[in-house]
Amino acid sequence: MEQRPSALLRIAAPLKSLVQRFMYLGLIGAAFGLMLLGKIDAVLVDRVRAEVTDAVAPILEALSRPVATVSKGIQNFQELVVIREDNAVLKQQNARLMQWQTVARKLQAENIALQNLLGVVHDKNANYVSARVIAGSSGAFSNMLIVNAGQNDGVRKGQAVTSDRGIIGRISEVSNRSARVLLLTDINSRVPVLIENNRTRAIMTGSNTSRTKLIHLPPGARVTPSDRIITSGHGGAFPSGLPVGIVASVSDGGIEVQLFADFAKLEFVRIADFGLKGLVDMSVQKSSAKHKAGGKTGIK
Amino acid sequence: MSVAFWQKLDQTARSITPFGLSLLLVILSVVPTHIPGYAQIAPILALVSIYHWAIYRPNLLPLFAVFILGLLQDLLTGTPPGLYILVFLTVYGVVLSQRRFFAGKSFTVYWFGFAVVSFVASVESWVLGSAWNFALLDFNAVTFQYLLSLGIFPIIAWIFLRWQQAFLQQD
Repeated sequence: MEQRPSALLRIAAPLKSLVQRFMYLGLIGAAFGLMLLGKIDAVLVDRVRAEVTDAVAPILEALSRPVATVSKGIQNFQELVVIREDNAVLKQQNARLMQWQTVARKLQAENIALQNLLGVVHDKNANYVSARVIAGSSGAFSNMLIVNAGQNDGVRKGQAVTSDRGIIGRISEVSNRSARVLLLTDINSRVPVLIENNRTRAIMTGSNTSRTKLIHLPPGARVTPSDRIITSGHGGAFPSGLPVGIVASVSDGGIEVQLFADFAKLEFVRIADFGLKGLVDMSVQKSSAKHKAGGKTGIK
Repeated sequence: MSVAFWQKLDQTARSITPFGLSLLLVILSVVPTHIPGYAQIAPILALVSIYHWAIYRPNLLPLFAVFILGLLQDLLTGTPPGLYILVFLTVYGVVLSQRRFFAGKSFTVYWFGFAVVSFVASVESWVLGSAWNFALLDFNAVTFQYLLSLGIFPIIAWIFLRWQQAFLQQD
């Protein structure tokens, strides 16, 4: 069937190249269309992204394990080399922390007593889901992680994601078996924060670089390098008091923050459900939808 | 089963490897490496693949396959949708139109060609990304990503050349 007379080929060849050229332009057009669609209907694109991620998740999970094992092996070896120095440093730190512990115990007891006296309403205790990081991308265009826990494990959009050192981002998309974490460094990330010692409010924005910036500070706010930054809990997206980072530099260009979390070394993260409704209140949307549906059937 | 059937199956299996390998590179580029600082400048591995196959076997990596690779890259890495589709299609188109230039040239020329093409790709991705976000993105990261891609190119290209010699002899 493939061997046809060459006369047909002679006509078909330029036609084929013409079709290909049109196809090329068509696909370029489709790509631009997709970009526009991403701007117009971000929810739809998120949905598709979540589904595709979910489909690839098993492969990513399988690939991420050997890589993690190798890197852990290398890390173990590196740590072995400096084990004596580390030991000395840790002993010193331990002595210092023991002093802090007594201070902290005293303050805790005092705090509880005072809170009882005042009848303070306590924050809800969080439920944690621990998940493995199976993919990640940080660079000039996006900063995100994919974790191997999803809707089935109780992960919901908008939940805070923390590492051992502090907050790292929030869940931006979730599907059945996987979820996508928008890192604090992403250009789309906005987190309400506090400067710990003087309680000044600010918004921390990412810029797709390793450092984030503080914006919307009240006029006359005093910020100095090495100030600690914590989440403020405003807006209800994150609970208050999660460690974020320290102020790295203050200049005319803005206030830069060095985050506590080290994204490169993350292998497991904790997804915290603080019972907060947050930016995206899915339950309200769902219940209102149900309500509407219920109303309709009721009329029947 | 006839011998012809197995031959055909073998042929098909061989001829989808360029796409399969490219797909693998797209997925590999998002696997966390745990190397400090690497993630910020992780190279776009699939770019090497598209460049290579566009020169040597464009019939085995057709246009729509490039589109799918770009789409998957966008969806997995979380870049603005369409960004890497456009970048990949540009690279593919440019290389295909200059294919004659590369025919029978040395590895250095082949590498140099990648340097030029991927530079265009880097600038394009930066312009598109900045336009999409309405903000000037960090160009340093893109530059280092470009340099790392150049460094990693010979390794992947060498594997591809070997692969091609071993499994895709017949044109």
